Amino acid sequence: MARLELRKVGKTFNNFEAVKSVDLTIEDREFVVFVGPSGCGKTTLLRMIAGLEDITSGDLYIDGERANAVPPDKRGLAMVFQSYALYPHMTVARNMGFALKMAGVPKAEVEEKVRAAARILQLEPLLDRRPRMLSGGQRQRVAIGRAIVRNPKGFLFDEPLSNLDAALRVQMRIELVKLHQDLAVTMIYVTHDQVEAMTMADRIVVLNQGHIEQVGTPLELYHQPANLFVAGFIGSPKMNFFPSRAVAVGRGDATLELSPNHALSFPVPSGMSPGALAPGASVTLGLRPEHLFLANDGPLSGQVDVVEHLGVETLAYIKAVNGEMITVRADDLSPVAAGDRVSIALHPGRGSLFDAGGKAIFHLSPA
Amino acid sequence: MEQEKASLAGTIVAWLAAFVMFFPILWMVITAFKTEEQAIAIPPLLIFHPVLSSFGAALAQSGYIHFAENSVIVSLCSTALAVLIAFPAAYAMAFQPGKRTQDLLVWMLSTKMLPPVGVLVPIYLIFRDTDLLDTRTSLVIVDALINLPIVVWMLFSFFRDIPRDILEAAHMDGVGPRGQMIHLLLPLAAPGIASAALLAIILSWNEAFWSINLTAAHAGTLATFIARYSAPEGLFWAKLSAASVLAVAPILIFGSLAQRRMVRGLTVGAVK
Ligand SMILES: Nc1ncnc2c1ncn2[C@@H]1O[C@H](COP(=O)(O)OP(=O)(O)O)[C@@H](O)[C@H]1O
Ligand SMILES: [Mg+2]
Repeated sequence: MARLELRKVGKTFNNFEAVKSVDLTIEDREFVVFVGPSGCGKTTLLRMIAGLEDITSGDLYIDGERANAVPPDKRGLAMVFQSYALYPHMTVARNMGFALKMAGVPKAEVEEKVRAAARILQLEPLLDRRPRMLSGGQRQRVAIGRAIVRNPKGFLFDEPLSNLDAALRVQMRIELVKLHQDLAVTMIYVTHDQVEAMTMADRIVVLNQGHIEQVGTPLELYHQPANLFVAGFIGSPKMNFFPSRAVAVGRGDATLELSPNHALSFPVPSGMSPGALAPGASVTLGLRPEHLFLANDGPLSGQVDVVEHLGVETLAYIKAVNGEMITVRADDLSPVAAGDRVSIALHPGRGSLFDAGGKAIFHLSPA
Repeated sequence: MEQEKASLAGTIVAWLAAFVMFFPILWMVITAFKTEEQAIAIPPLLIFHPVLSSFGAALAQSGYIHFAENSVIVSLCSTALAVLIAFPAAYAMAFQPGKRTQDLLVWMLSTKMLPPVGVLVPIYLIFRDTDLLDTRTSLVIVDALINLPIVVWMLFSFFRDIPRDILEAAHMDGVGPRGQMIHLLLPLAAPGIASAALLAIILSWNEAFWSINLTAAHAGTLATFIARYSAPEGLFWAKLSAASVLAVAPILIFGSLAQRRMVRGLTVGAVK
């Protein structure tokens, strides 16, 4: 059991507010990912949960008990560091058993637990090696094994895969998700990589400049981003943004002016509250690359700058007439080539509209 | 061609400089193997039949063994004391630094700039009043304090090379500061601790000012031995040289054996 509750948790480093009043509840056995650009406070937040950093303001509850002043080893949480932080002078087995040995657990029991964890992580042949003689992936496994041996109720990971090469990263991602299923414990995972967040999380917490932008499942964040920051951060390639002005708002649609003399008609959901979109308001139209397609006569046009053939799909990066870059996801057989002059159309019923402050006004979803 | 000439000249200059610096020691060693008459002969003899009689005389007359024993005990004990104090101090400075830690480190080193003679009287009086004059205890304390700044500095820089994450991982594993020092820092910084200790032993062995001023026949070290030797015995160059060779030989041998370890300890980080 590990249910974590953060109430207005903040951290200030001599006058610099690294984490600002974070409210968040993490349910038992949930896999939660903190994601955000570098420097947004992910590590600081995780370290406050771990107990390695004092909480400046607010409260942390673990399973209903206030834990602000509980020392790190008494919180029942284990942490896996980005640098692995293995003890360089100890063998793999001793690294993994160190915490238990220090806690006075009998030797035979320590050995048994180490062996059990080693079996889960396929570390058995490496138990007598030192960290120096291991590859990056193996070191990462040992660091995870060291956490497992303590039988914690929650795991904290700080960018654990960022030092691994791409192929290994994908493999470890899958292994961690499997581990989460097998161990049935709470996991909090910090990363700056939105792909990792999307692929692993039950729920994602998007952080920016020390505060939470949005909390939700991967698909919620993808389809209903609360604001421009989340819309731009989640998804690769990025969502296309078109700053525009709502010139007319009708019953079923609105006319958006992308630039002088260039307007398009965009559907408005019937449920939208009147007044949410007033004529004359500056808005941002957000269209993901798959919300667009190459057509003979679309409302947008430009010249293809770069084409990426990814096999399953083709990405076209198009320089619009006004100089902005537009990314369009075309199918794998699309004959588009760099230098082509193309016209771009919108898939009906897709896209988002954001107000002048960046907050989402509505998201269209396919009927 | 030009370059070769220049580098040849440089080599010659370097060798000359080294020879000039080394000459007194060389001359001392040569003199130690002469008789007293040969030692004062003018012009100095370069070719002679070496004898060991001066060594015999120096050993027989002056209780060399006793002084050597003091040197060994004082340098080892003062080093142990200094390391014992410096270890937790450096730990605190490296891993729990406060606002003034950097200032403190600089200040500690700056105490080395104070001329020792400036505090001779107060220290002499303290030891007189505590009945510690001419005891090995007094020298152990003084030598430990003299070497403390250097030992703290060295340990501090070794500790700083140890990734913080490792200690934080230990913290998460439920290992407190004491356990971290014993199970992590001690083994990880062992090469650094060894070089700091070797340096402290050498410095303490060579320390002359305080041993001459605070001790006499009872607790004197080899530095005192040489200083005392020259005075009452008159100027017997050969015997004095033999005594000096006997005084510096142990530490020279020790130093050359420890040199490789020290250089390694001083140049590479503890963990990498
Ligand atoms: N010990 C510290 N002292 C001062 N500032 C810090 C400290 N740790 C982190 N910060 C600052 O807090 C902000 C958040 O840091 P961090 O949590 O490490 O970000 P992230 O892990 O998201 O990249 C950064 O601007 C960083 O410079
Ligand atoms: Mg970080």
